[in-house]
Amino acid sequence: MASSAVASNITPFINQKDVGLSAFSSQSCFLIQNSRRRISKKIVSVMAPQQSERKPSTTGSKIFARASEKPQLGPGENVWVNVDILMTHDVWGREKIVIIPEHYIFTSDERANRNVDILRDFCTEQNIKYFYDIKDLSNFKANPDYKGVCHVALAQEGHCRPGEVLLGTDSHTCTAGAFGQFATGIGITDAGFVLGAGKILLKVPPTLRFVMDGEMPNYLLAKDLILQIIGEVSVSGATYKSMEFVGSTVESLTMEERMTLCNMAIEAGGKNGIVPADSTTHKYLADKTSLPYEPVYSDDKARFLSEYRFDVSKLEPLVAKPHSPDNRALARECKDVKIDRVYIGSCTGGKTEDFLAAAEVFLASGKKVKVPTFLVPATQKVWMDLYSLPVPGSGGKTCSQIFEEAGCDTPASPSCGACLGGPRDTYARMNEAQVCVSTTNRNFPGRMGHKEGQIYLASPYTAAASALTGFVTDPREFLQ
Amino acid sequence: MAASSALSNPTFTSSPTRHHHHHSLCPLSSIKLPNSSKQPFKPLISHPPPPCHQPQRATATATPTTSTSSTTSFHGLCYVVGDNIDTDQIIPAEYLTLVPSKPDEYKKLGSYALIGLPSSHQTRFIDPGESTSKYSILIAGDNFGCGSSREHAPVALGAAGVAAVVAESYARIFFRNSVATGEVYPLESEVRVCEECKTGDVVTIELGESRLVNHTTGKEYVMKPIGDAGPVIEAGGIFAYARKTGMIPLQSS
Repeated sequence: MASSAVASNITPFINQKDVGLSAFSSQSCFLIQNSRRRISKKIVSVMAPQQSERKPSTTGSKIFARASEKPQLGPGENVWVNVDILMTHDVWGREKIVIIPEHYIFTSDERANRNVDILRDFCTEQNIKYFYDIKDLSNFKANPDYKGVCHVALAQEGHCRPGEVLLGTDSHTCTAGAFGQFATGIGITDAGFVLGAGKILLKVPPTLRFVMDGEMPNYLLAKDLILQIIGEVSVSGATYKSMEFVGSTVESLTMEERMTLCNMAIEAGGKNGIVPADSTTHKYLADKTSLPYEPVYSDDKARFLSEYRFDVSKLEPLVAKPHSPDNRALARECKDVKIDRVYIGSCTGGKTEDFLAAAEVFLASGKKVKVPTFLVPATQKVWMDLYSLPVPGSGGKTCSQIFEEAGCDTPASPSCGACLGGPRDTYARMNEAQVCVSTTNRNFPGRMGHKEGQIYLASPYTAAASALTGFVTDPREFLQ
Repeated sequence: MAASSALSNPTFTSSPTRHHHHHSLCPLSSIKLPNSSKQPFKPLISHPPPPCHQPQRATATATPTTSTSSTTSFHGLCYVVGDNIDTDQIIPAEYLTLVPSKPDEYKKLGSYALIGLPSSHQTRFIDPGESTSKYSILIAGDNFGCGSSREHAPVALGAAGVAAVVAESYARIFFRNSVATGEVYPLESEVRVCEECKTGDVVTIELGESRLVNHTTGKEYVMKPIGDAGPVIEAGGIFAYARKTGMIPLQSS
């Protein structure tokens, strides 16, 4: 047990360990308490699990148990966890570190550009293998290594693997949970510690289980599912907890859709989101990684804090109204909301399939958009897909052609773009108080720039439908 | 950053390893600190609270305070916000290009603390033209610091002069970042103090006793003990703490 293993190493400072443990709701303090013993990366012998005593446990507990070399863990335990991958774009094993610049890239802001220079110096000095650099800002295609949005790039480059522990200095690191791994966001100081020690102190989270069954209607996307969930539990409903997404509907989702689902776990306050690995996962990874991995699954009788069940066939397209991701409403009930612009992009809604979905709606309509419609592919690969993949049912047209015919803006250079506002000259930043339907993940005041801006979070289907009418629109208006 | 207006705290000095923070730590002129800046230190009042409001100081048999100096306290004006204050409101994304390890940028970051609060907050956290706040204690509702993981959030608050936040609950990444950077004490209240305090109330936090006193209303509140996070924050964050306690080598100067 973690706590008893620590007891022998108490420093003179902290002799009221139990008082500290129970009264202190975060795990950070124990980071220091244990480090004297744990800072070395030597692998200690793994205790063989005692089968007769082993209790059923959740995926999260099992990943932690393996990463902390313990037979078994329960929620609430504070343990040192070996980290498999650390992703960062803010600046142990050189191949375990992945550095992906993507915030504030295409800007003339000197400080933003300075950030990338600092990263480059560090990577050169430390001989970091995976640094997806960008130097030529005027032409993203001239940078062979540049990828774009970190969470999408991580997946596309094969850095996400089932059963592993992945940390990132971005709150949407939870996206990688789609691959059946534990993935969560941390701050840069915590990351600095991981860089040096290869480990981090984490508290084993209890798990909320979300069971989604039923056939996915053709007008719904994973974004609608997660908006449903966040509306259900609220923006703090999953704080410090793991969110496990299971059920026949989830099993039918593609990897990108699973990424959308897990991406917004943080919006419910979740520590992480997780979808069990299956054949879909293995197929996706087959051509992307050659590293071995071992998936982990919750036991049948594992205990969950709460279980929520959804019959997906009964759900309808949703939006999250200003100014909170849990301000859930039916898209059709917001049809009188006049909008000024539509934004399709970000790790949440700027992947290849997100754009294919938007294209599907434009194709079905055949009309032009009524408001400026900004398209920001998440990565280089997504950008290329827009210009090369044929859209089903279009007679061989690409997304880019369909977007052009619909009067959308030309797809922009891949990055996080205006999802989080950024420097003033960021493409599609909201510099006036406008109403925007967006496929992004947050709509807090000022999120995309202007403090009085109103952001309606929605799926790519809903965003495209809204662009066509100039009002918040349920995509069933176009998708039969 | 978390500063102490303690009556006396001989162990609390500006450690040379605390290279991130270059501003005055304490208004008491008796404590000389190497990095005291010239900026006028507004937030903390250097005299103890008026006697008539002074609650009886708890005796040694009260909540054990082995992990934090029992004389650490913060005293000043409080600024009250509600639930779900996300990090975009604490420090909007456009300011994140400021690098906190550079003293002038650290100060600039502080000047933007809570600038993202909508105009419904008529009393602003920082007066126009100022770079620090007159409020040294922030009082909040649920889920404080939700949203993005930006470490600039607790850093901006600390740079603005906030010593401690007293919230009903925190988003986990913000909580971790507060401790890791040592910039502010993320304290948790047992009740909704954000509904009982008003911006501008004079408050005292007795850290060792986990007590919040509102002198303006005369009410007192129990908080959850900061526990082992206390020494980490007091040292100036996890790296400073690790060096101070010999867990990692001291920086060669």
